[in-house]
Amino acid sequence: MGIDRREFIKIAGLSTLFGLGAKSAWELLRPGQVEAALTAAPKPLTAKRWAMVVDMRKLDDATAQRCVEVCHRIHNVPDFSKPVNPADGVTPEEQIRHQVKWIWTDPFHNAFPGEAPDVMSERVHHMNFLLLCNHCNNPPCVRVCPTQATFRREDGVVMMDMHRCIGCRYCMAGCPFSARSFNWRDPRPFIKDTYPDYPTREPGMVEKCDFCAKRLAKGEMPACVVESKGALIFGDLADETSPVREALKANFTIRRKTHLGSNPQVYYIV
Amino acid sequence: MADYKNEFGWFAERPQVPKKIYNMYTIFIGLAIFVILATSPLWLNAGRVVPPPDPNLDTPAIKKLADKERQCVLPTEEMRAYHMQLLSEWRDQVVRTGNRVWVSPSGKKYEPSLTNTCLGCHSNKAEFCDQCHNYVAVVPNCWGCHLDKPPTTAKMAQAEVK
Repeated sequence: MGIDRREFIKIAGLSTLFGLGAKSAWELLRPGQVEAALTAAPKPLTAKRWAMVVDMRKLDDATAQRCVEVCHRIHNVPDFSKPVNPADGVTPEEQIRHQVKWIWTDPFHNAFPGEAPDVMSERVHHMNFLLLCNHCNNPPCVRVCPTQATFRREDGVVMMDMHRCIGCRYCMAGCPFSARSFNWRDPRPFIKDTYPDYPTREPGMVEKCDFCAKRLAKGEMPACVVESKGALIFGDLADETSPVREALKANFTIRRKTHLGSNPQVYYIV
Repeated sequence: MADYKNEFGWFAERPQVPKKIYNMYTIFIGLAIFVILATSPLWLNAGRVVPPPDPNLDTPAIKKLADKERQCVLPTEEMRAYHMQLLSEWRDQVVRTGNRVWVSPSGKKYEPSLTNTCLGCHSNKAEFCDQCHNYVAVVPNCWGCHLDKPPTTAKMAQAEVK
């Protein structure tokens, strides 16, 4: 014969007790581990040297525009031509002078001044290059920053600590790529849908692309790379098997203003 | 007294100035008015009772927690005294080192984030943060940039997908 009812309830009760107590017992022995496992934070992406390759053969203007839009949306970058409240409108002149940009497009002559031959390929002439902070290996903005608000991380990302920025704009003078923008006015009236997972800025701060450091920490690729659907390649330059290294091995690439010695880490396949 | 002499030569007698305050009444009345005006905030507010701050813990996120888990990242007393230091440590840890996991002394792990972690529970900034800050007249400049609304998962997901 099997177990009777009395026996069954005993076992069921005991095992319930055991099950309920297990978590607290675990908490006593290895505090925090259960919580950590429960919320299972995604593993951050790490590298020795982050770098980006822009494949201009695959990048059409519409994709580039989408990259710009997604970047500016998730970083709460204001668009001064589109105030939320029409009363806050800005003159067209100031829209340009006060513009804040993390990633933008420019033709060859502006992106690579002095590099153009006398007679240039028609295709390249009409290309709109996607430009962003080059996260230089030898970043002039870091060298000139008096408060070390701009610094170079171990993994090569040139980061901004907005809390420390005093708005002196030395970095903007130092950066040869115009990758930095100063906040001349409060951006909040010009952000239609505030992205909840990123702060806005205050007037008197400089800002720029940070290779989506926050997304890397969450294990996601930078927003523009995801949006570009393969035209932007992002990876570890120190890792020989990374897609960036593969692309650099297989193609001839150019970089912006290399003669200045800042060693930019955004490569362009034309 | 006659003129007097020192190593530089002969000098005239010192003038005799009568020891007297001119316009005494005007001066003292003016002084009295000044003292009364300068201390007037003290007199006007004497005896007025300012209600002590009453930070409100009634938010959906806190109500949802079981009694035992209703606990901030540090004991309440420590949070009351040192939350600003903690926030500034979190800030430096996240921005400067890139480490986005903070382990509390009790061993629990948290995301060091003002908008996500703090406001995740204390979603009522006006009834929680501002209560004491207004009472002691401090103006923390967090909110110039950081958003005072915690991201809702639905909105985040939507933003990410698009």
